[in-house]
Amino acid sequence: MSILIYAESAEGKFKKVAFELASYAKKVAETLGTTVTALTINAGDVSELAKYGVDKVLKVSNDKLNGFTAKAYADAIKQAAQKEASKVILLSSTTDSIYLSSLVAVGLDAGYASNVVGLPVSTAPFQVKRNAFSNKAFNITEITTDVKVLGLAKNSYGIFETPSTLTEEDFAPSISDADFGVKVASVEKVSGKVSIADADIVVSAGRGLKGPENWGMVEELATVLGAATACSKPVSDLGWRPHSEHVGQTGKPVATNLYIAIGISGAIQHIAGISSSKVKVVINSDPEAPFFKVADYGIVGDAFEIVPQLIEKLKAFKAHQS
Amino acid sequence: MKILVCISHVPDTTSKINFVNGDSEFDTNGVQYVINPNDEFGLTRAIWFQEKQGATVTVINVGGPETEPTLRKALAIGANEAIRINANPTDGFFVAKQLAEVIKTGGYDLIIAGKESLDYNGGMVPGMIAGILGYNFLNSCTDITVDGTNVTAVREIDGGKETVTTTLPLIIGGQKGLVEEKDLRIPNMRGIMTARTKALAVVEPTDVAATTKAVKFEKPAAKSAVKLVSADNLDELINLLHNEAKVI
Repeated sequence: MSILIYAESAEGKFKKVAFELASYAKKVAETLGTTVTALTINAGDVSELAKYGVDKVLKVSNDKLNGFTAKAYADAIKQAAQKEASKVILLSSTTDSIYLSSLVAVGLDAGYASNVVGLPVSTAPFQVKRNAFSNKAFNITEITTDVKVLGLAKNSYGIFETPSTLTEEDFAPSISDADFGVKVASVEKVSGKVSIADADIVVSAGRGLKGPENWGMVEELATVLGAATACSKPVSDLGWRPHSEHVGQTGKPVATNLYIAIGISGAIQHIAGISSSKVKVVINSDPEAPFFKVADYGIVGDAFEIVPQLIEKLKAFKAHQS
Repeated sequence: MKILVCISHVPDTTSKINFVNGDSEFDTNGVQYVINPNDEFGLTRAIWFQEKQGATVTVINVGGPETEPTLRKALAIGANEAIRINANPTDGFFVAKQLAEVIKTGGYDLIIAGKESLDYNGGMVPGMIAGILGYNFLNSCTDITVDGTNVTAVREIDGGKETVTTTLPLIIGGQKGLVEEKDLRIPNMRGIMTARTKALAVVEPTDVAATTKAVKFEKPAAKSAVKLVSADNLDELINLLHNEAKVI
């Protein structure tokens, strides 16, 4: 009956979303009077999960699963849920976990709610609040099936420590060759840069920067803050920056702690994509720019003067901090 | 190659989002509807396959008669034929089940759906179809080439991309990258005229038990006003971000 989470890891280390998911699961488990079981796949040392309230780990170690294979991973999660007789299965909202969730839901005849924010509104009936209309609204969804799959929106709950006593158990799900119909030929990761998905801070710039040659200061500001860089849609359409940096309704969603928008006016589609971010800062020469309506902090002025100064001041601040 | 492109009929991205009937229903008043952007990238790639590799392209939607203009637009862009499953798309699983029924009997080689629709943002339909039918499935697909039944495709991953090989029949959850923004087509007059005479079949739905239901909607709470900081006082911004917002 315990709640099952899939605790995602990469290169033997848990992703931060795994701890957020564990924290969330612990709270739901307390409400339902049950425990939390985590499934890990080739994760190495799993003891860290005890900090966030996980009671039991089902450890899968299988060389066939070294690369991500959606069907095989979904199969492993399904079998773990069946073994634990779990009624609630929780996944995160990384690209991989979103890929898995619908396969897991179908495999378990479970109702599935994605983009869930916050704890369940009620557990009987089982209702959750989720982002809809590209962050312009919330939708209360009731899951009416016996088994339920939830996808937790990134950075929507937070990480909380609740120490527990962890038991570890090796788990060998049966994985069939049919699970490997899609084979990974190569993986290309942008090295030495923080990805938008993993970043706590994102520095984003728009057409106000006038040309791709002016992105040096954006990169530098990002480096000082340990942030990822992003851009508005016009900038990626113009080819100034790669599409992978385009954030907004038709680009990547950003749910980060701090989002800094430089020279971005704030079209409704852009705002929709970044509105789940906790704190927003805007730097724009036009005080009428719509971004000021949604930002927490704003500076009206010329980015070409402000950003270099901000970089120097942040360097001094960081030096003082350490 | 027979391609099926699954199309959601969604409010234009500039739409104001409001609700009626005690916040239980979306307010369609004054809303312009479009082909879901993620689906339109897929549709445009499908038309490329039609022109370069002789594929036939069928578009399909689950919705009432009011969604037909969206299907006609897809036909005007170049799809060969359209199917409308005559039902209210109550949840992702319901839609996936309806589509899976048509796919089972239609003999499609490649099924292209958007990775997510911009209204309910479920992001579950392509994966659920794959789960129901057991087809090969690639989500967040940004590029695809087909040679016979062999497929090479690219998937976006967090912080990079992954190239995969697989075989037809295949279902993908598509997004920008399948084609670029500049490749999207605006229907011309000839396309619009031809679209009027192309086949648009209306199919009745099969019975599916609900797995979820939308209870109500809420709008985000109004935001407090922005705190303006003078451009001459950047120390104040750093102070606020550190001590008040606690994000640096």
